Amino acid sequence: MLDPFREGLASGWKHVDASGLAADQTYEADVVIVGSGAGGGVTAELLAASGLDVIIVEEGPLKTSSDFKMLESEAYPALYQDSASRQTADKAIKILQGRCVGGSTTVNWTSSFRTPPATLQWWQTAHGLKNLSVEAMAPWFAAMEQRLHVGLWPLPPNENNAALARGAAQLGIPVAVIPRNVKMCWNLGYCGLGCPTNAKQSMLLTTIPAALTRGATLISRLRAEKLEFSRNKAVAIEGLALKPDGLRTSGIRVSLRARHFVLSGGGINTPALLMRSRAADPHGHLGKRTFLHPTLVSAALFDKPIRAYAGAPQSVYSDHFLTQAAVDGPLGFKLEVPPLHPVLFSTTLHGWGEAHARLMREFANSQTVLALVRDGFNPESRGGHVRLRDDGSPLLDYPLNDTFWEAARRALLAMAEIQFAGGARWVTPVHEAAVGYQSWAEAKQGIANLPLAPLRCRVVSAHVMGGCAMADAPERGVVSDEGRHFQIENLSIHDGSLFPTSIGANPQLSIYGLVARNASLLAAALAGKPRPAIP
Amino acid sequence: MTTRREFLKTGVGGALLLNIAACTSQPVGDRRAVVLAALIPVFLEGALPASGEARSELITRTIDGVGKAISGLSLATQKEIEELFDLLSFAPTRIIAAGIWSAWPEATPEAIGKFLESWRHSRFDLLKSGYAALHDLIFGAWYARPDTWAAIDYPGPPKVE
Repeated sequence: MLDPFREGLASGWKHVDASGLAADQTYEADVVIVGSGAGGGVTAELLAASGLDVIIVEEGPLKTSSDFKMLESEAYPALYQDSASRQTADKAIKILQGRCVGGSTTVNWTSSFRTPPATLQWWQTAHGLKNLSVEAMAPWFAAMEQRLHVGLWPLPPNENNAALARGAAQLGIPVAVIPRNVKMCWNLGYCGLGCPTNAKQSMLLTTIPAALTRGATLISRLRAEKLEFSRNKAVAIEGLALKPDGLRTSGIRVSLRARHFVLSGGGINTPALLMRSRAADPHGHLGKRTFLHPTLVSAALFDKPIRAYAGAPQSVYSDHFLTQAAVDGPLGFKLEVPPLHPVLFSTTLHGWGEAHARLMREFANSQTVLALVRDGFNPESRGGHVRLRDDGSPLLDYPLNDTFWEAARRALLAMAEIQFAGGARWVTPVHEAAVGYQSWAEAKQGIANLPLAPLRCRVVSAHVMGGCAMADAPERGVVSDEGRHFQIENLSIHDGSLFPTSIGANPQLSIYGLVARNASLLAAALAGKPRPAIP
Repeated sequence: MTTRREFLKTGVGGALLLNIAACTSQPVGDRRAVVLAALIPVFLEGALPASGEARSELITRTIDGVGKAISGLSLATQKEIEELFDLLSFAPTRIIAAGIWSAWPEATPEAIGKFLESWRHSRFDLLKSGYAALHDLIFGAWYARPDTWAAIDYPGPPKVE
């Protein structure tokens, strides 16, 4: 198996593993980009294509396809925030978020949806983002779809997805095929542990190599600790090198100076960096309105093997329950399924002792559905806010209120009904007090009476959005629709923290499209020439 | 730190006791191992062999696995986990917060099961999250190991050449 990234390094790409530095360093470039995920990757490629000198800073390690062994025990500590155990402050929501070169794009399940029209229209009317119309954004999504090989998954869904399709069809609920950013995919099912065959068109395989080929520098295992300001301009980023364990700082300091700075650390770390830096925030929007698509989980047992660990993890979805009410009405939810691997499933599943062991013995026959709740549109759905621990690390408060739990109950009911209709013999919401049900009639009654509360009912998230919202004026947000900071003139934000609400779909393509637009505008402004074409 | 303060708010413990709990002389890994050696057989009933030499060997490997998993967490999370095990190690807080009257090696599976259920369904978020942390650490360490996969009919990752 080829490892194109290692080949690139051998051909002379500039990569510095900061954990190996023996003395303090200063680097200078036209632009310093903090973060190498969806936002940072696209920005790096487009700026480098305009001839700008670019440095990409990543706190996580550089791991490439030869490192991806499809083992949870290796992938979670190496590739995810907090070993895939990042949690909200009250520990009620577990958050999967990448922390490696390529960010979450290295470990996501490849679902690639354009920002739904209902979301863009809401941003135009409720958040004043008049420029972000469906028509204006379409060419950017199209360009990134082509760049990242996004296409409808052509193979039959695996049984885990097929069960969702079958149950929904029985009930007359429409489903559709998921577009995925893969090329010559082996249909293995281990996308979440890093793609071992280089099929996933993540930033690790596409935009970052393109930027490095044009002379950009990648610095991994370097934490962007603080921005330094001089009046209304950023002048430098103070970086702290990490030790090889990726957790402790080594004491080596790296100063990064540039004309322009782009923050792409994602929906928790970008606002936290600005908060640590005491960046101007005259209207108090920084780190506020952070959204998660808080997700409910429903597990089912079938009489036949499901093998939810094998095959493209997500290939079928339903938006039926996103369209039952107005976008700002009772919260809607998107239905998808997750891949199941032993650690992910056993830790998500409630219970202990023989009850837990019995369910695990039926691991191969287990099928699971997810309901991703669309947060941030209903006036009672205000999301969470980021704050800093004493050590400067970020913490997300995300209170789950009655408006959410009302949707959660509808979601648990809808998933159970679909699973029974699809042939399940037993279904349980993942909830500490749920004992499981043998029929839809039993589930309907049981779920109606289930006490729904934090740390009782399992809530998870793989999508962090918001915290540095775009707005039409400084009074209403942190940045403009071009991602330019309202107070700091040479600072842009290019990541999921831009979104003023959640997306209502897996967000990677929303980030790619919006950032492609904004990085093109930025490249033209900084390089003083026409916007670069997307390769 | 927050953990302790929040714990105080629950009205179950006292700051003094908890500070003493953190100041015992035993290394943190040893304190943790004693607690885990008692908890693991209860969490993993039905997954661990019921008796024999393999049983104690597998418990030891799972304790090591939990230690390894903790060492990969962020430093802030590691500190919280350490506080949880301090609380469970120190006899006065073990009795008050977990209701375990005997030392861990003498605690019966019934008493430990009762403790797990009391935290799991507690009205205090801190105790619920403490149960959840133990649940995730122990099951995560167990099912991370390839030798546990045959029992759940998981073939492991495919070969990629």
